[in-house]
Amino acid sequence: MTIPIDANELTAAPARGRRRPRFRVSSDKAWLVAMVGVPAFLHIVLVWIPAVLTIALSFTEWDNLAPLSDIRAVGLQNYWFIFTVFEGDLFAALFNNFVLIFWLTFCSVVGMLFAYLLDKNIRGSRIYQSVYYFPVVLSLAVVGFIWKSTMFSRDRGLLNVVWPGEPVDFVGDGTKLFAFDLPWLDPQLGLSRNFAALLVAMAWRHIGYIMVMYLAGLKAVDLSLREAAAIDGCNEWQAFRHVIFPSLKPINVVVVVITVIEALRAYDIVAALNEPRGTEVMGTLVTRSLLGEGGGRVGFGSAYGVVLLLLCLGFIVWYVLNHYRETDR
Amino acid sequence: MTATVQEPAARDPKRDATAEDVLEAARQGRQPKPPLRPMRIVLHVFLIATALAWLLPIGTAIYNSFRYYESDTQVNGPFSLPDALTLDNYRDAWGVGNMGTTFFNTAFIVLPSLFLILLLSSMVAFACTRYSWKFNIAFLVLFTAGNLMPQQVLFQPLFQIFKRVPWPDVVSDTDTGNLLGTKIAVILIHVAFQIGFCTFVLANYMKTIPTEISEAAAVDGASVPVQFFRVILPLTRPALAALGTLEFTWLYNDFFWGAVLLNQGDQRPITSSIAVLNGQYASDFNLIAAASIMIALPTLIVYLLLQKQFISGLTLGANKG
Repeated sequence: MTIPIDANELTAAPARGRRRPRFRVSSDKAWLVAMVGVPAFLHIVLVWIPAVLTIALSFTEWDNLAPLSDIRAVGLQNYWFIFTVFEGDLFAALFNNFVLIFWLTFCSVVGMLFAYLLDKNIRGSRIYQSVYYFPVVLSLAVVGFIWKSTMFSRDRGLLNVVWPGEPVDFVGDGTKLFAFDLPWLDPQLGLSRNFAALLVAMAWRHIGYIMVMYLAGLKAVDLSLREAAAIDGCNEWQAFRHVIFPSLKPINVVVVVITVIEALRAYDIVAALNEPRGTEVMGTLVTRSLLGEGGGRVGFGSAYGVVLLLLCLGFIVWYVLNHYRETDR
Repeated sequence: MTATVQEPAARDPKRDATAEDVLEAARQGRQPKPPLRPMRIVLHVFLIATALAWLLPIGTAIYNSFRYYESDTQVNGPFSLPDALTLDNYRDAWGVGNMGTTFFNTAFIVLPSLFLILLLSSMVAFACTRYSWKFNIAFLVLFTAGNLMPQQVLFQPLFQIFKRVPWPDVVSDTDTGNLLGTKIAVILIHVAFQIGFCTFVLANYMKTIPTEISEAAAVDGASVPVQFFRVILPLTRPALAALGTLEFTWLYNDFFWGAVLLNQGDQRPITSSIAVLNGQYASDFNLIAAASIMIALPTLIVYLLLQKQFISGLTLGANKG
């Protein structure tokens, strides 16, 4: 593992317009190389190389218990399979992930509204914040079980208090709330009760998360901006729409990325509750194919993984560009 | 809606505390006092109602975790007065989940990971922001982007890598002679994955420390390790405290890596072992509640004690510099 540092390039970070003090001591260079090198080695070997290997494995057929020499290149066969023969699995999972993106985006807007309300110098604002916020410290797996124990059950679940029809078992009932046909797809796509119930539990956690982000952003909005808006006679909505919201742009970018990536990576709550019928998401699809009986279908699972990676990639690139383009070099 | 007498005629009474109010108050040098107009009351009613709704799941879970399920909650409903209060659910859940062992596993994984993550990421952030060299931005990009990758995409190759790294059985609790299935493997992937986020946050923070400080230290002959440990790291303490709090809960809450890398239930950390509740106890909802609360307790305590750190940890990443 070589670290691409040209030792002669090492200089103390310059304040603009100043002479850069150069290094004289070679042990300093060694220190810096080690300081970047060790973490970078770990990060590259355990994060980036596996990601690249997953892409490579998606073009192969291999049972992961067999020796490495058994890996056979099969071209696009895995992709052909997941998009045709097993299209039901893939599109059901993708559908749930997209539902999740829309739902969490909606929750983000609600979180922003909460932040806006709590930013109004309200009595007891701290208490409200603490209450809305505490689910964020819980793992989604635990959130799933807390909701299962009190909200979802048929006998005594509190969701059945607001549910109009016959009492239902919200986790354990794969009935679709709505479904529709796609001309080229055999099984129907739709939202199952199981998944809808999980969406509610996820909102409980996500809204507080986003609220905190926006509260911090709103506190940082320059008072003179609000002053200018008030002097120009903006009403509340106009001031928010044209003055405050645009000045929150860095937060908006972070929130979009958090929301979309969380929606695409969703796994914990579904897996912890044993993947109830109708709740499959890309995360569980990948994991199930890789861990399944008989050593797993590595090529398959990897192909699912690549689909997931591609969905995330656009947002990752967009975020990184956004952040580092504006950062001073 | 009736406007109060003091209300200037031109002002829309429906309007809430606007920037004008805030400014006027600021000019007079006092905290703006929220006027108790009808809209305020509506707002408070709304906020209280939502806050109660927010507490409903966990409040009901806590209350019922002290009650018997079949003879009490199931018959009388979750809000009725209890027939009897009991700690049996907690005792049973502790036994079913083997929680003594799994809590220990969590500590064994989380504490070293936390230390290594903070140390390594502050080193990268230091080297990439306090010194300029050709690829420092490229490295920051690498770490930032790596942290956003979906974990499921990484795990099959990781599995294979760990399987091929020899590791003496003496220092692990497996008998396979490799890293797979050891807690060390989980620590390694936590460290590798989380330094992405922490480097990003710490780099943002360190950029705001004036360069003059480093220059003065350099003039005084401070070497790189002295600069790092004696000058920059102490100044980064607030960010480290915030990140440490946040990362503690994230590592504690990890479900995925503990579940896929550790096979046997006894070796898993507490959060990953929660799925055991799907078994024969799946319909004793009060036992599930008791187990969930015990698992949630450490993070809830951290939250209650260190709320400020926790929140600034999250928002440090969002606010540049």
